[in-house]
Amino acid sequence: MYGKKVKLRFIFIASILASVILTVFLILQSLKDNVVYFQSPSEIKSLVEISKKKIRVGGMVKKQSIAIRSDEVNFIITDFKNEINVIYSGAVPNLFAEGKGVVAEGFLKDKNYFSATKILAKHDENYKPPEVKEALGDK
Amino acid sequence: MFKFFEPNKVFAVTSKSIKYVLFLFIIVISIGLVEALILSPEDYKQSDAVRIMYVHVPAAWISLGIFSALALLSLGSFIFKNKIFSLIAKSLAPSGFVFSIIALVTGSIWGKPTWGTWWAWDARITSMFILVLFYGMYLLAWRIYEDNQKVIRITSLIAIIGAVNIPIIKFSVDWWNTLHQPASINILSTNTAIHSSMLIPLSIMTAAFALFSLLIFLMKYNTELIKIKNKGLNRL
Repeated sequence: MYGKKVKLRFIFIASILASVILTVFLILQSLKDNVVYFQSPSEIKSLVEISKKKIRVGGMVKKQSIAIRSDEVNFIITDFKNEINVIYSGAVPNLFAEGKGVVAEGFLKDKNYFSATKILAKHDENYKPPEVKEALGDK
Repeated sequence: MFKFFEPNKVFAVTSKSIKYVLFLFIIVISIGLVEALILSPEDYKQSDAVRIMYVHVPAAWISLGIFSALALLSLGSFIFKNKIFSLIAKSLAPSGFVFSIIALVTGSIWGKPTWGTWWAWDARITSMFILVLFYGMYLLAWRIYEDNQKVIRITSLIAIIGAVNIPIIKFSVDWWNTLHQPASINILSTNTAIHSSMLIPLSIMTAAFALFSLLIFLMKYNTELIKIKNKGLNRL
């Protein structure tokens, strides 16, 4: 049906695509640790050594764990398996709240203590008006 | 085979339809903006900041859709040596480029009040940034190379290679930990994480942006057809 040249061009472009996909896949695989934006408390727990470099820890803010003292905020990040204490001084974003997602950027003191230099709020994919939220109860 | 796309036949359609598309676009964007900015409710958590979504999300969708179209058209153009596919892709690209930049800029504006940062090099934002670069390369390549054969080959390759990035953008929020939240709408299932009172303005705005892309495409494609006519050629 198609000429020989069409077939050749098809094979050419298919092989280019295949090699590009393979290359990208291999690069992303080997850079896995850098592609993730943050690590979970469980991943922190399984670390072999504590690096001095700046890292990010993410998870949920544990309920009733936020303690604000003068200019310092203490709270616990949990992934419901492990948790980590975070200490931070500065302003927190508006969406920072108990039971909501959070990403803390800073330095590990040890496996249980994290000194944050920046707090980012992570929000979820749910959007609804306040009335609906009330009607559905606090989910 | 691809007789349907022949310039002489479509020129009549493309030149006449512009004003109707413009008219429709103005109506739909007016309804969409009123719905999105005034009538729709605020979010339980983000309050009014959620309204940025009605520009951000449609812009991102359209820019991804247009790049996918570029890749498919380029594939057809490359394999079947059909230049009309390339001309259609060339005319589609500018609005896709603009929407990809709009998605990044509005995302940044939205990120500050919600996340607490303008920019984060997480997988979603980085891959979206790469999409903008690919759009830029694609459009630049059309300007740089004079030779007709060469420019079609190079732009097609850019679009086809860039298409590898599209599934990465889509699934980045599922494959890796990202600051960006996962998708709210799944086309394979009926339940969405967006309340219907917010989904309606979102759909209208998406339709409006799609119409805008169609409008720019028709204008660009018309210009391309006129260029061919001025060269005194009946076919490419």
